[in-house]
Amino acid sequence: MSSDLTAPLRDRVLGALAARTPLAIRAGGSKAFHGRAVQGEALDVLGHAGIVEHAPTELVVTARCGTPLAELEAALAAHGQMLPFEPPHFGPGGTVGGMVASGLSGPRRPWGGSVRDAVLGVQVLTGGGEVLRFGGQVMKNVAGYDVARLLAGSLGSLGVILEVSLKVLPRPAKEITLVQEADHATALARLAAWQGRAWPLSASLHDGERLWLRLSGTHAGVNAARDALGGEELADTTLWTEARDQRLAFFQTGRPIWRLSLPPATPMPDLPGSWLVEWGGAQRWLISDAPAALIRAAASLAGGHATLCRGHDGTDEVFQPLPAPLMALHRRLKASFDPHGILNPGVMYAEL
Amino acid sequence: MASSPPMSLTADFLAALHAAVPGRVLTGAEACRPYECDGLSAYRQTPDAVALPETVEEARAILRLCHEHGVPVVARGAGTGLSGGALPVQGGLLLGMAKFNRILQIDAANRSARVQPGVRNLAISEAAAAHGLYYAPDPSSQIACSIGGNVAENSGGVHCLKYGLTVHNVLSATILTIDGELLTLGSQALDGPGLDLLALFTGSEGLLGVIVEVTVKLLPRPERAQVLLAAYDDVEKAGAAVAAIIAAGVIPAGLEMMDNPAIRAAEAFVHAGYPEDAAAILLCELDGSNAEVSEEILRVRQLLLDSGATEVRTAQDEAQRMKFWAGRKNAFPAVGRLSPDYYCMDGTIPRQHLAHVLREIERLSDEYGLKVANVFHAGDGNLHPLILYDANRPGELEKTEEFGRRILELCVEVGGTVTGEHGVGVEKLDAMCSQFAAPELRQFMAVKAAFDPAGLLNPGKAVPTLHRCAEAGRMHVHGGALPFPEIPRF
Repeated sequence: MSSDLTAPLRDRVLGALAARTPLAIRAGGSKAFHGRAVQGEALDVLGHAGIVEHAPTELVVTARCGTPLAELEAALAAHGQMLPFEPPHFGPGGTVGGMVASGLSGPRRPWGGSVRDAVLGVQVLTGGGEVLRFGGQVMKNVAGYDVARLLAGSLGSLGVILEVSLKVLPRPAKEITLVQEADHATALARLAAWQGRAWPLSASLHDGERLWLRLSGTHAGVNAARDALGGEELADTTLWTEARDQRLAFFQTGRPIWRLSLPPATPMPDLPGSWLVEWGGAQRWLISDAPAALIRAAASLAGGHATLCRGHDGTDEVFQPLPAPLMALHRRLKASFDPHGILNPGVMYAEL
Repeated sequence: MASSPPMSLTADFLAALHAAVPGRVLTGAEACRPYECDGLSAYRQTPDAVALPETVEEARAILRLCHEHGVPVVARGAGTGLSGGALPVQGGLLLGMAKFNRILQIDAANRSARVQPGVRNLAISEAAAAHGLYYAPDPSSQIACSIGGNVAENSGGVHCLKYGLTVHNVLSATILTIDGELLTLGSQALDGPGLDLLALFTGSEGLLGVIVEVTVKLLPRPERAQVLLAAYDDVEKAGAAVAAIIAAGVIPAGLEMMDNPAIRAAEAFVHAGYPEDAAAILLCELDGSNAEVSEEILRVRQLLLDSGATEVRTAQDEAQRMKFWAGRKNAFPAVGRLSPDYYCMDGTIPRQHLAHVLREIERLSDEYGLKVANVFHAGDGNLHPLILYDANRPGELEKTEEFGRRILELCVEVGGTVTGEHGVGVEKLDAMCSQFAAPELRQFMAVKAAFDPAGLLNPGKAVPTLHRCAEAGRMHVHGGALPFPEIPRF
């Protein structure tokens, strides 16, 4: 399904701008749990859909925001390609726009790059009601400020991402999963050592007892790494999509789930709760009832930050608070795109 | 909007500056002349004063003074930029960051390096080598250029297809704003909270803030790198070979193309053993583990033969690999030997349009009567046409610049960009008018104002004014509507 709703979407934003009505941007709703709750009239962008262009030998795809993620991935797979950052789907409703606006990446992220790394260009509908284009469809482009990458992970707070061009990569010729026994300290030490060598790692997961590794690359490269790294080879690899979409048993809890983004070799922080470690140590999930301030302080001390991902009611602070001068800059920057603060107000921070 | 700069610095300002950085303020034409230009020497302006801070506190004091006195300030690293991004402004201060030259930490376990902005690009890889790590982006000036300048320009190099630009290899930047606030963008982890200001800041050409510390990502040094050289009797076939390699699912570490004039110039200069009768050559480098490279090198060799190469050579050892690369890496100075001057362009195009763009450049070359040699980062579409000219011939520089602008307009027409890695600086302000319409330019100015409302940081660079675009007459026509309707025309 392909349709261009640029004009009616722009009219909606201009109307809301005139009436100063806050808008809550929504497509598939698969990531509604992410970030703070937005009070506003729904702006449904699901209908603005379709793959605009896929040039396989240019390694670039351009799609509208309402395009189902599954449709985009199928189109790439037909040419042996994939999105390098392995985006979470969180159910069948996931869309291209939500993927870029949320900025969430999956298991391949430390090796394949993030969503923003893959963004080459955008068409955006600003809170001022203007349709603007930034970046383009080429990999090397330093003309003008990199607004396209700024929009990745901006949660719709600056503009409605109408269309995006992304860098894609070939799917690896071979991919295998290994599992080894290891406690937290052993797993972190192994991951630090192995990531310091050119092994073809593409995912890691550690639950405190077992370390799962995914290797991706050429046949010979993967086989050589398998023999050197050791462990049992698993036939079932659904583990990685379950980790990607937070469907592992670990995530099935009513308690708060935190995401700690840390330098990968950071020793396990002394915080109460249960841990799941991904991204070679750089992304750690923590189920814990510990006070937010304690968790954030531990993440900050290690050089990272903490996000409250699940088990909040949308009114709490979800993301690590910013120092005052940085928040002031965020507010000025938001105002430069959305002068009357009508787009997803408060989605990232209460005062933004 | 920026207020018009004072014609010269006041005695009050200079006295306060001397007090803030005692002994490290230069004034007078003689002392300041070394800072009159960067790597694009066609543009020169002697700064009114140069300040050389050694600490963050000194840099902060200087910026606060500029803010207080309304003095424009241009930050400069090693001065190797190719677009005039570090060109001083009249009535302004030049802020030399070269004394920020310490590597603060190599964190092997986390594969990162925390460095001051004046550290040379190559020095980071040299310091990381003991841990088997390196910093991937390798602009051709890497022996001299500084990491602060690399972040400001979002510098590239020959390995961008596989390893990305600077923006993909920086974890965090600590910056000073014009009013002296110290902000950390990004984090020591893979992402940071809030908007991705690190992405926005990277490549902002010194207009948003001054970098005082950078944390870069380090990568494990590949076990092995091997290069293939393929010769073609037709540029189009070489372009098709590049597409065939990508379609086969191979992402080379480097993939470079040179046309016949560039091949001949390089061969005459460094004797790399290039086939001088070839219409084009491709250099394709593969890296990774021994097992990976052994497997892929055979595949790519076959792909190159199947694509109609007249000859394919595989470098057998490191010495031969360096020799294959020597020609490409010395292509600019090699071309420089053929002509009193050359002008290096930096457009990027979708690769599928390569043959068309090269034919058009050839046609323009005839039209202007100026020779061109083309080197091409074929993997990522970044084209460097080198226009040969003689600045001593009256009118030839102007003719060359016009030729260059038409090449950049051609890049925009086929869906590309006016600058792939050198930045806009002062050089490509007019070209920006063909790539961006007034609403986009206005948004750029609004972003700038969010960081620097008085427009004191590196004014007159990177983003053209709407008046300039209207006057240049090279306007972006958007949906058939007349751009810049608010500007009177006569």
